[in-house]
Amino acid sequence: MKAAAFEHACPASVADAIALLAGEADARVLAGGQSLGPMLNLRLSHPRLLVQVNRLQELTGVAADADAVTIGACVTHAAIADGLTPDIGGGVLARVADGIAYRAIRNRGTIGGNLCHADPAADWATALTALDATMLLQGPDGARSLRACDFIQGAFRTALLPGEIMLAVRVPQLPADARWAYEKACRKPGDFAHAMAFVLLCGGRRRAVIGALGARPLLLEDDDVSLAGATHSLRALSGLDEVQRRMQLVVLSRALAKAQA
Amino acid sequence: MQGSASGEGIGRSVPRLEDDRYLRGKGEFIADIRLAGMRDLAFVRSPVAHARIRAIRKPPGAEAAVFVAQDLVGVQPIVAVSGLPGFKPSAQPVLATGKVRHVGEAIAVCVAPSRAEAEDFAAAVDVEFDELPPVVDMRAALTSEIRLHDHWDNNVFLETFVEVAPERFAQPAPIVVRRRLRTARQCMSPLEGRGVVATWDRRVEQLLVYSSTQMPHIVRTGLAGCLGLDQARIRVVAPDVGGGFGYKGILLPEEVCAAYLACRLGHPVRWIEDRREQLTGNANCREHDYDITLHAEADGTLIGIDAEAVVDAGAYSAYPFSACLEAAQVASILPGPYAMQAYRCRTFSAATNKPPILPYRGVARSGVCFALEVALDAVARHAGLEPHEVRLRNLVPAAAMPFENITNKLFDSGDYPECLRRVIAAIDLPGVRRRQAAATGPLRIGFGCSIFCEQAAHGTSVYAGWGIPMVPGFEQAVARMTPDGGLELRVGIQSHGQGLETTLAQVAHEVLGIPLASIRVVHGDTALTPYSTGTWGSRCMVMAGGAVGTACRELAERIARIGAHLLQAPQEAVRVGAGLVSGPGGGVPIAEVARTWYLRPQDLPSDVAGAGLEATAGYKPPRDSGTFSYAAHAAVVSVDTELGDVRILDYAICEDGGTLINPMIVDGQVIGGTAQGIGTALYEEMQYDAAGQPLGSTLADYILPGATEVPEPRILHMQTPSPLTLHGQKGIGEGGAIGPPAAIANAVNDALAPFGVEITELPITPRRILAALLAHSG
Ligand SMILES: Cc1cc2nc3c(=O)[nH]c(=O)nc-3n(C[C@H](O)[C@H](O)[C@H](O)COP(=O)(O)OP(=O)(O)OC[C@H]3O[C@@H](n4cnc5c(N)ncnc54)[C@H](O)[C@@H]3O)c2cc1C
Repeated sequence: MKAAAFEHACPASVADAIALLAGEADARVLAGGQSLGPMLNLRLSHPRLLVQVNRLQELTGVAADADAVTIGACVTHAAIADGLTPDIGGGVLARVADGIAYRAIRNRGTIGGNLCHADPAADWATALTALDATMLLQGPDGARSLRACDFIQGAFRTALLPGEIMLAVRVPQLPADARWAYEKACRKPGDFAHAMAFVLLCGGRRRAVIGALGARPLLLEDDDVSLAGATHSLRALSGLDEVQRRMQLVVLSRALAKAQA
Repeated sequence: MQGSASGEGIGRSVPRLEDDRYLRGKGEFIADIRLAGMRDLAFVRSPVAHARIRAIRKPPGAEAAVFVAQDLVGVQPIVAVSGLPGFKPSAQPVLATGKVRHVGEAIAVCVAPSRAEAEDFAAAVDVEFDELPPVVDMRAALTSEIRLHDHWDNNVFLETFVEVAPERFAQPAPIVVRRRLRTARQCMSPLEGRGVVATWDRRVEQLLVYSSTQMPHIVRTGLAGCLGLDQARIRVVAPDVGGGFGYKGILLPEEVCAAYLACRLGHPVRWIEDRREQLTGNANCREHDYDITLHAEADGTLIGIDAEAVVDAGAYSAYPFSACLEAAQVASILPGPYAMQAYRCRTFSAATNKPPILPYRGVARSGVCFALEVALDAVARHAGLEPHEVRLRNLVPAAAMPFENITNKLFDSGDYPECLRRVIAAIDLPGVRRRQAAATGPLRIGFGCSIFCEQAAHGTSVYAGWGIPMVPGFEQAVARMTPDGGLELRVGIQSHGQGLETTLAQVAHEVLGIPLASIRVVHGDTALTPYSTGTWGSRCMVMAGGAVGTACRELAERIARIGAHLLQAPQEAVRVGAGLVSGPGGGVPIAEVARTWYLRPQDLPSDVAGAGLEATAGYKPPRDSGTFSYAAHAAVVSVDTELGDVRILDYAICEDGGTLINPMIVDGQVIGGTAQGIGTALYEEMQYDAAGQPLGSTLADYILPGATEVPEPRILHMQTPSPLTLHGQKGIGEGGAIGPPAAIANAVNDALAPFGVEITELPITPRRILAALLAHSG
């Protein structure tokens, strides 16, 4: 199928982009187009205006300080996978980015687009929830920030308000004693996962996030980070059958074993 | 082994001549064709599986751009009959009339300057439906009160029944295994989808249809019938075609629509299928359900097969292969390469609210091989034998060849047991068993094998029995010298990946010795080539190859006559070969013969060669019951028993395709088929929900194996020439796709055996494995 007709704007700044979005109720931000493109072609989405942002320097910068690494929303998965962005320790961001889709998609797909699209099986939603990243947003009414666990609200649902743009994500540096593991089960390399778990252990604290649940990622903390805790939480979720629960538990237990190894 | 001195003839792995244009992106596929004034078509397709159409409203202001069934004045529905007794034909409307019978069925067609605009119109067409309960499951279809075709008394296109010595089944056998097995509905997925460009050629007053098809002549015949045109008023051209596999062996409603509109509107139109149409709306394949029982002696010797099979044939009988080919095939090929005393098989071609089924590479055989070989492994376990041992007990031995099997198939030649022994040696079964014993964690190892034979290039005697709209007879080829000594070969088949532009040239080279660089193969155009049923059934190398060989021999005689005159030698004393006519006193190049006949006739006596240097010959093997190539596949897999992932660790194939015209191309066919067989085994499945909705619409939902899923198979060759064909060749185009589902399923089941679990449904997904393990462990 071919997309329905739309207008296409390439603003010169984030301020212009926000003004364009404010002027057209039926507008969408376009970053790498790796999720929005197929949605347009399948006519699942038919906005009047596309505001393309992935060439804006304000959205492609990276910075690091003692506490965190800040990555522009329009930095591509490929740039992160190739180590062109600062690391938070242990090569974790590159590792996650490298496992997303295929090279062609990583070349264009962006970290911000991935988070704003909020596919329940997307890698960044799970990983950045575990890493407790913060999303920096800018809208007509100013700037605000949200933790990943508050930003992702459900399958394809975020806290992004109409007219808002994600500027960057801020990912805390990992302490030296941090141990982590990221596991996923896919039908083939590059496909969306059908089970995934990110485990982070540091300073006596434990975090585990289970993704690909058809809903927002499931965050388990401290004492709940165990197979028993996960079993309990997964049972409480609707829409999962026994096979899906079992796969998630296996992936979690493998991630736990790796992180503890 | 044959093989010409120049290294370009039969038996040589010559690089493919057509690859130069393909690999440089210089081919011309259907979507590359640009005609002045051409407009795009988009179809309004049914969103529901089964409904009466109450009303269709065209978008106000755009009425002229939208066509519904009543607008296609005089267009007849597509009807594919079968002569098998009891067959119920269906009328497949080009655009739905009255009722829709599957999701994706075309209801209206919209014309616009671009596809996007045509889709805008399509989205604005308003269709009101009275929904009817759908028939979705093929077994339920057999007894359902709901009727797809209102005047039918059930939902069965055809029921068949064969039995031989059924009394043997009444006696208790030492081993009896019964299995219920299922294969999924698949979507054939060539790289290039379907597509049509149609225009009225004013100069020759002819409808010119470019179509991405495997059978241009059959499309022409079918189109003429639907449009009420003389066949001479239609020319069908298949340009470069990016894969077919059976998906393009069909007359399409879209083709009829496009052809009609080109005649009526006075400007060219085109329809280029997209993935969504391919996956949700167009013909699917391979959906079988088996209830199979094997009776065997205690030592594993087969007594017989007693089976019932249902094939989900979808809503309509597709032209030309009909809705019955697949199921009727099942009944005739289920005994596989084995000898047995008794056989009983009942089949049903069930009509359901799904797209019509089409024969896909390995037609019915991948399902049949899966059913029989999985059941045979169960016999092996009962008899305490290794899988290959039970097969060796039952395979037709070499000494029995040629062999007429229990369903009267004539196995032409070969050594089936040796083929199996070689593949078992290649896979190192003792080594696999050692690794298997050492694996105790969640990752288990399994071994599986399969062996099958593949009937190919079967002709009149077989197809006359099916009575479908086309029965292949003599295959023709034209061999024509050009005045500069080049050779044109004109064949009615179509090459879409098989490398026939190379292999047919190799056959001609073998006869005439003209260099490959000077041979052109012309195909895929009804105006330029002799009539042919096209490319399907692994028939081309045998049939078109035989025709080219025969035409070139005829041409060689004519060349010899002229050459003898030029050499002033008696005709009996000259020979044609290596590009020369040679006689006792020297030789004359074939090019010189051609130049003389065309341009310097004064050098020849007036009576020497009126027939000229263009020969048409028809070819048919002396017995046209088909060649039987055969192959054994062996797979070693690992199964993650916690996640259900299957990895192929090793894969070996031993195949016998008779004389190999080009071994490299044969390997390519085997590898490509194997990739598709792996798809059938592990990945490909279009599921339908209870409402008859397909559950996938993109390649993110319909999983095809890719580079990371297909191991490089190790291929061993045997070459037992067929006694029936011109050069001993056998058809091998489909075999690669037949063996993997059975071999892989057996390997997975071998890995799961310690858990007491057996997989009986394809594809073998992580979910199916885990569900089976969970069900077993309670
Ligand atoms: C075949 C395939 C396989 C894939 N596999 C995976 C996988 O395994 N794991 C995975 O995580 N992902 C996968 N993806 C998705 C991929 O990662 C996409 O790149 C990503 O989801 C979208 O990023 P984008 O820059 O292309 O965004 P776009 O497609 O341009 O936009 C996506 C959405 O986000 C919005 N948006 C984009 N940027 C901003 C912004 N700065 N501010 C506000 N809104 C914004 C858009 O309006 C749109 O709604 C796959 C995609 C494909 C096609």
